[in-house]
Amino acid sequence: MEKKNTPLLEMRNIKKDFFGNQVLTDINITLGEGEVLGLCGENGAGKSTLMKILFGMNVIRETGGYEGDILLNGQKVTFETPFDALAAGIGMVHQEFSLIPGFTATENILLNREPKKRNVISEVFGERLDTLDYNQMTGRAETSIEKMGFHVDKDMVIHEMPVGHKQFTEIARELSKDQLKLLILDEPTAVLTEKEAEALLDSIRAMSKNGIAVIFITHRLQEILSVCDKVVVMRDGFVVKDVPAKETNVNEISKWMVGRNVDTGASVEARDEKDARTIMSIRRLWVDMPGEIVRDVSLDVKEGEILGIGGLAGQGKLGIPNGIMGLYEAGGTVELDGKQIPLNSPRKCLDASLAFVSEDRRGVGLLLDETLEWNVAFPAMQVQNKFLKNYLGGLIKWRDEKAIREVTERYIDELAIKCTGSKQKAKELSGGNQQKICLAKAFALEPKFLFVSEPTRGIDVGAKALVLEALRRFNRESGVTVVMISSELEELRQICDRIAIVSGGKIAGILPATNPSEDFGMLMVSMVK
Amino acid sequence: MNEPLYTSTNPTLRERLRGFVNSFGLPRLIIAAFLLMLYIAAPFVGAGFWMQISNTINRFSWNAIMVLAMVPMIHSGCGLNFGLPLGIISGLLGATLSIEFGFTGGMSFLMAILIATPIAIVLGAGYGWLLNKIKGGEMMIATYVGFSSVSFMCMLWLLLPYHSPTMVWGFAGKGLRTTISLEGFYDKVLANFLQINIGSLSIPTGTLLFFALLAFAMWAFLHTKTGTAMTAVGSNPTFARAAGVNVDKMRLLSVVISTWLAAIGILVYEQGFGFIQLYMAPFYMALPAVSAILIGGASVNKASIANVIIGTFLFQGIVTMTPTVMNNMIHMDMSEVIRVVASQGMILYALTRKTEASK
Repeated sequence: MEKKNTPLLEMRNIKKDFFGNQVLTDINITLGEGEVLGLCGENGAGKSTLMKILFGMNVIRETGGYEGDILLNGQKVTFETPFDALAAGIGMVHQEFSLIPGFTATENILLNREPKKRNVISEVFGERLDTLDYNQMTGRAETSIEKMGFHVDKDMVIHEMPVGHKQFTEIARELSKDQLKLLILDEPTAVLTEKEAEALLDSIRAMSKNGIAVIFITHRLQEILSVCDKVVVMRDGFVVKDVPAKETNVNEISKWMVGRNVDTGASVEARDEKDARTIMSIRRLWVDMPGEIVRDVSLDVKEGEILGIGGLAGQGKLGIPNGIMGLYEAGGTVELDGKQIPLNSPRKCLDASLAFVSEDRRGVGLLLDETLEWNVAFPAMQVQNKFLKNYLGGLIKWRDEKAIREVTERYIDELAIKCTGSKQKAKELSGGNQQKICLAKAFALEPKFLFVSEPTRGIDVGAKALVLEALRRFNRESGVTVVMISSELEELRQICDRIAIVSGGKIAGILPATNPSEDFGMLMVSMVK
Repeated sequence: MNEPLYTSTNPTLRERLRGFVNSFGLPRLIIAAFLLMLYIAAPFVGAGFWMQISNTINRFSWNAIMVLAMVPMIHSGCGLNFGLPLGIISGLLGATLSIEFGFTGGMSFLMAILIATPIAIVLGAGYGWLLNKIKGGEMMIATYVGFSSVSFMCMLWLLLPYHSPTMVWGFAGKGLRTTISLEGFYDKVLANFLQINIGSLSIPTGTLLFFALLAFAMWAFLHTKTGTAMTAVGSNPTFARAAGVNVDKMRLLSVVISTWLAAIGILVYEQGFGFIQLYMAPFYMALPAVSAILIGGASVNKASIANVIIGTFLFQGIVTMTPTVMNNMIHMDMSEVIRVVASQGMILYALTRKTEASK
């Protein structure tokens, strides 16, 4: 208290790379006692990594540690494990709940820190057999719930609670720790209803009054403005802006979040084909894909264009192709060329000349244990009877190894896939080359319409450019309509003609790719639920 | 100063050796070496070498098809078919019904196959339907399907209205006997076809050809569109589904094929052995077949025809050679112990490796 000008937390020149891939560069953050800091940025901007460093998570140490200093009350600290961080007064509420479903709120709040009473058995066998002091536990749980300012039934069993109450129980658990000085909340409002979110903001204000500093990560920019003292915006591993919340607005923040160079970056050859006919029309589509729920999407795709679908994670953009292609339960109507496509049947979609490159490369996209030949040729073989030799009047459909090898080698050449040969196993390739195999698989189907989901996720910059170029060429040369879903707005702006932004499971708007980034940024956060 | 260099090259050599052992499989290596040792030892302990070779080949020919029955289900990702007894029961029903209907000689074998086929398809389809309901726990459920079907049939063998005097109990005149001789029916019907006899070496050419035919058919099937789809389903079901393959249908088909092969397998086994064995006999039939294919180098989700041939040869070699050689050598019956250790140990080994591979 005496040293008023020493900030509670100071992070100096934090750097972190994952195997040569720089994810954080020169991060400087200071946070005073009782201050609330809003941390925002697109997915992959480095927010989570930064918090993991601060919380001493094992993954940081296992991947080679970090550079730079963390100062707590002016003293340099290094946390080997989260326990060190907890002891130093840092609490964290993760996106995923870590509560025991069968225990009551009180038991969860004080888990492993229960006040205890000695008894006969524990006198003999040691303190692990002490009796829990339930009266005192109830008292302490009540205090921490009070401190939070939102009422949670302390005797309710966790699995009976609505999801918002679970979130508050986690916060109460952190608050029950007497030494707590800094609380990290990682997207706590993502699962809350509007009213609960409001209550959470109130409790953040209350904590701040009690001298607890809060780092608040969220995609809902309005919340940041209403509760935070200052805003830190991250992008591509840099802190791009560090301003007092009073001096900014949603508009500016979203611009900082997405825009690398606000003026450039758009596709050099974005085309605006107003009179192109509609090839696919989607009406009132809903998709039940866990974590990517699509609520009500209506969308028209024009023939021959590249349409981008962007939006923040969890808003439903991935659900759209997965639902249409029948991989997740879906409803609504989808018409291709005026013919309705039955949903929930992957085969029917493929028969209708649709193809899909999944975002889940290893889970859905590849036969990891099989050869590249199989990976490339399999869907075309099964769906269109390509690469088969017919005997006995088509009764026996024999695999045509030669044709399979030829087509695989052709794509290895065309897409510059680095491998030892067409017989190599798919799991032995690097991420970027695996992605190219996934593209080759879709190209081999010679579709009329191609969905590509997160084609550049987890691959390096060089491979990214090649993958995007291959897609563009496929679109231009074969006249195939491409719908590309990506979390990276800049990438969409580079390659697409139009970009639709999904927010809250709905289409927030469709704009030509030449529009400035901040327009898209605004759409992204417009309907976040 | 050379020491760092020395220590850095040493592990690579060790790793190379380990790589070889890993790729070939340590258990397969040990068992092959052990079998080789038995063959070398055989003449010294007074067991005829050619006699032993003939025995091994004979037992190979009886059992190979049941081992082949493992292949389709491994390919479709249903794991090892511990429910083999279900297929065996289909074969036994075919055999007994064929005799009951009065067929004799080679005709009885053909009829047994014809009668067993629809039974195997129906039972296999039910079994496959069940396995589709419990994806992920196939092997455990399969074990109980096998065991419970054997127990159920123990009652039926007594109750079904069989009347053929060659099969029913002599005094009661009803209920099937535990062991039924095939003399006059299809005893050695395949084995005698083109049989080669040189001195004490005898090769059951017909049985081997019959196996070769089925093995070729299986190999060919795996090269067709449907076979390719089946392998892909086993390799990554989600991939297969996204490529428009009906995953459940492929799995069902693989179970039916496996069950049918088991039915044919037991008929071939009986024609070589000379007897039909009922009641508890099918109970332990799955384990030797499972361990044979594992010894042959298959894993829980990859198997080839070569695995079948090598595995059956190694496993049956051990089973035939140990009694004669070991008994002559140490005058004590160790054969059963070694067989149990080899077969159960092999299954255990393969199952532990599965968790490692699926990571």
